[in-house]
Amino acid sequence: MVKMVKATSRARPAVALEHGAVPWLLLVATVTAGPHVTHLPWWLSLLVGGTLSWRAWLWQQRRPLPPRWTLALLVIGTVAAIGWQYRTLFGKDAGVALLVVFMALKPMEMNSRRDALVVVMLGYFLLLTHYLYSQSIPTGLWLLAAITLLTAALIRLHGGAQPVVTVLRHAGLLLTQALPFMLILYLLFPRISGPLWGLPQDAYAGLSGLSEQMAPGSISRLIQSGAIAFRSRFDGEPPEKSDLYWRGPVFDEYDGLTWHTRARPGGSATPAPVVEGVGQSYAYSSILEAHDRRWLLALDVATRLPPDSSLAPTLEAVSREPVRVRSRFSFVSSTNYRANVIEAAGILEQALVLPEGINPRTRALASEWASRPPARIAEAALAMFRNEDFHYTLRPPLLGRDAMDEFLFDTRRGFCEHYASAFVFLMRAANVPARVVAGYQGGEINPVDGYLTVRQSDAHAWAEVWLAGQGWVRFDPTAAVAPSRIEQGIVAALPAGEPLPIVVRLDADWLRELRNRWEAANNTWNQWVLGYNPQRQREVLSRLGWRDPDWRGMTASLAVLCGVALLIVTLWTLPRRLAADPVQRAWRKYCTQLGRRGISRAAWEGPLDFAQRVAREKPDLAALTSEAAGYYAKLRYGRSARTEHDLRRLRQCLYRLPPRRRNNA
Amino acid sequence: MLPTTRQPPLSEILAAADQVILGKSRQTRLALCCLLAKGHLLIEDLPGVGKTTLAHTLARLLGFQFSRIQFTSDMLPADILGVSVFDRDRGDFRFLPGPVFSQVLLADEINRATPKTQSALLEAMEEGQVTTEGETRPLPQPFFVIATQNPSNQIGTFPLPESQLDRFLLRIELGYPDHDAERALLESGGRREQLPMLAARLTCSDFAALQQQAAAVHAAPALLDYLQLLVEATRADPRLVHGLSPRAALSLLAAARAWAFTDGRTMVLPEDVQAVLPAVARHRLRLVSGNQADGEDIAALIRAVPLP
Repeated sequence: MVKMVKATSRARPAVALEHGAVPWLLLVATVTAGPHVTHLPWWLSLLVGGTLSWRAWLWQQRRPLPPRWTLALLVIGTVAAIGWQYRTLFGKDAGVALLVVFMALKPMEMNSRRDALVVVMLGYFLLLTHYLYSQSIPTGLWLLAAITLLTAALIRLHGGAQPVVTVLRHAGLLLTQALPFMLILYLLFPRISGPLWGLPQDAYAGLSGLSEQMAPGSISRLIQSGAIAFRSRFDGEPPEKSDLYWRGPVFDEYDGLTWHTRARPGGSATPAPVVEGVGQSYAYSSILEAHDRRWLLALDVATRLPPDSSLAPTLEAVSREPVRVRSRFSFVSSTNYRANVIEAAGILEQALVLPEGINPRTRALASEWASRPPARIAEAALAMFRNEDFHYTLRPPLLGRDAMDEFLFDTRRGFCEHYASAFVFLMRAANVPARVVAGYQGGEINPVDGYLTVRQSDAHAWAEVWLAGQGWVRFDPTAAVAPSRIEQGIVAALPAGEPLPIVVRLDADWLRELRNRWEAANNTWNQWVLGYNPQRQREVLSRLGWRDPDWRGMTASLAVLCGVALLIVTLWTLPRRLAADPVQRAWRKYCTQLGRRGISRAAWEGPLDFAQRVAREKPDLAALTSEAAGYYAKLRYGRSARTEHDLRRLRQCLYRLPPRRRNNA
Repeated sequence: MLPTTRQPPLSEILAAADQVILGKSRQTRLALCCLLAKGHLLIEDLPGVGKTTLAHTLARLLGFQFSRIQFTSDMLPADILGVSVFDRDRGDFRFLPGPVFSQVLLADEINRATPKTQSALLEAMEEGQVTTEGETRPLPQPFFVIATQNPSNQIGTFPLPESQLDRFLLRIELGYPDHDAERALLESGGRREQLPMLAARLTCSDFAALQQQAAAVHAAPALLDYLQLLVEATRADPRLVHGLSPRAALSLLAAARAWAFTDGRTMVLPEDVQAVLPAVARHRLRLVSGNQADGEDIAALIRAVPLP
């Protein structure tokens, strides 16, 4: 007895990996590790490709795998190289690189089925990491295909050689069956605001958008990108295109080259801004792409703001935290407004500061105008831009130390940032408080889903002047130079040949249509799949008739629903399983037991044939098996008579089997 | 345990046949099964392996009236069916029945005859009656045809078309005898002379009763499930031009019943179906490659269908 226990507790011998299953696993490794190549260092991609090809060659030539010490050296060397490349072994990029290396090297020691299982499980994990880099629709579709392949590989590992189509169909069926559970979990699993675990420091690198400063060329660089900045949907008719000024950061500090947002002390130092909408107001919600800044790009100027956000002293809507995930915000804005008619002294003073000793010609021009009322000064400046020979272009000549002088009197070619900063410089020089506002202007309605799409290429800069009794008033010098920029958009305003992104400058209607559809699909995906946050979940559940769900209720109903789903599956299959003849079950059990004793019945083998084979190969089991086969044949294929008795005898045969013996115990 | 007592007359007949045809007990038993299942038998093999002896032996042991036709290429239907001749005394035509009017007709080398003659015989097999000169005459009961044919790649043969092959319940091959059987054959100097000495073990009515019992062997739903799975597998098999017909399925069941009956069982087991399947199916299945299915194809088919 003791001997037996000892014997059974010993680990089972490893099941050898079938030769025919290896391509499946190499495919798993390729599919899961392959797409990471786009952000891995080149030497690592080369290593992964080389290792997998090597393994495929070994498979094809039926050669033995390399010795362990080779692999050990390879692992140590690669890990060291990754540590050197990333200066760490932790974090998103280094961690993924390590996983990819393991995925490429594990097939090199893949001898048993257990090793193959490790590869598949690692594959499932590696698939998840792709979501750290992209969460787009193609990624989702591709991962779905990859999951099917991985599942098929598992089936192939356990099911032996079978046609590829059969394996894939089986995997597809399994995944389809998992679909209801996935949906239940997706809808009901309590959502957590923000990511489940802290993302590493480098997670937000590479987001594009406006920044806290504006140097010549910074906006024209941004315009090179066709990426979407945000999408908005108005509850009613949207405003005129020329009124669509989306307010971003406000620059009120100039150092002669760059405009900055002045770091302001928070708290009570500056009073809260006072804005008053005049005429029509617009309610809308925006889905803002992550840009890692606090401003929310509300339509100028926002009168009602979403929770956890406020109007900054310089009138732009800002949230409490930087926008690091794509988020939805609802606003009410008025395009006609009176803002800060009474302005804090500090802000007005700041709006007059200019660096000393540069741009003498501009200063001289401003001092000519200084005697006029402020509104007339602004008019004069606009009239100058409008009437004199100024050009609107993305490729202005480079400017020197006296940038404003050169621009206003010599080159006269520039982009919105040139015009806005020149205008503000002129105002300040004429002692009128003024500042530069950056943001986006315009946008394009996507007819497919009705969302107004605003791209980085719609980035814009304009000026704002404080007039006594009116507060801050917008002046857009670009509109004076190139009115079509404001009325029709950037494509119409720029001469042909200017470097604009292709998505923006689609000439063919069908291409434009295609782009619109693709972006609308992406928008839906973003809102319903990626943006399915706690708020969205509450909305969905309340639409389903469940007011005010909390996480306890959701967890409970999740458990109940999953239980119900399982119950339905059980009820569906149970009758069939119960109906599976007790005779069949008893005979199969008997055959299984014989299988463990070294002789198994082929699926097509009839009972008497099997009994005869047992008599030949295992004479000690012959009598019992012949008896069991006789009962079984009679019960299953005979006329029903004495069924219960025979069934009992058949079952007894199972218990009369001698205990298993281990030959090496 | 299962009752495995074979019906005494059957085991006696098989034992006696084994005395004559050495080392071919499986083929002998299949031939007997074919007759028990009321089917016609086709024996295909090279000349001289004992086809005729087997047919003759069975006929004698079962006590049947026996006639034999050697088919040749110049044979006419009338040579089999019979002709009307003018009787001068009665001033009338009189029908002289041909060799087909017997209980067991041994049609030797059937594929040497022209298709026209072949089809005259096959029609008689199917209908159990003969129509000549506008008159229909019933054949004796029972009526069996045991046809032999040479492999069709031999010179001067007209291979039977598939539709006519289907009329034969079973087709068996004898093959060469094994070493010991051949030695015994050589020592005894041939078996033909034993034939006249064989005594009938049964009467016609005895055999009819046995046929009835064989047809009453129980085929459980589970067995029919299995049989259907096999037949469907032949239809789904991409290597085959077409699968087994419903008539072939019926034949398979009848043959399996007879096989179980000769084993002394009152129920059909999957083993019985598997045992007769090659003889039932091989002449009915054609491979995409153009050949007839061989034993290995049928074995693969059996292995591919698990018992339900």
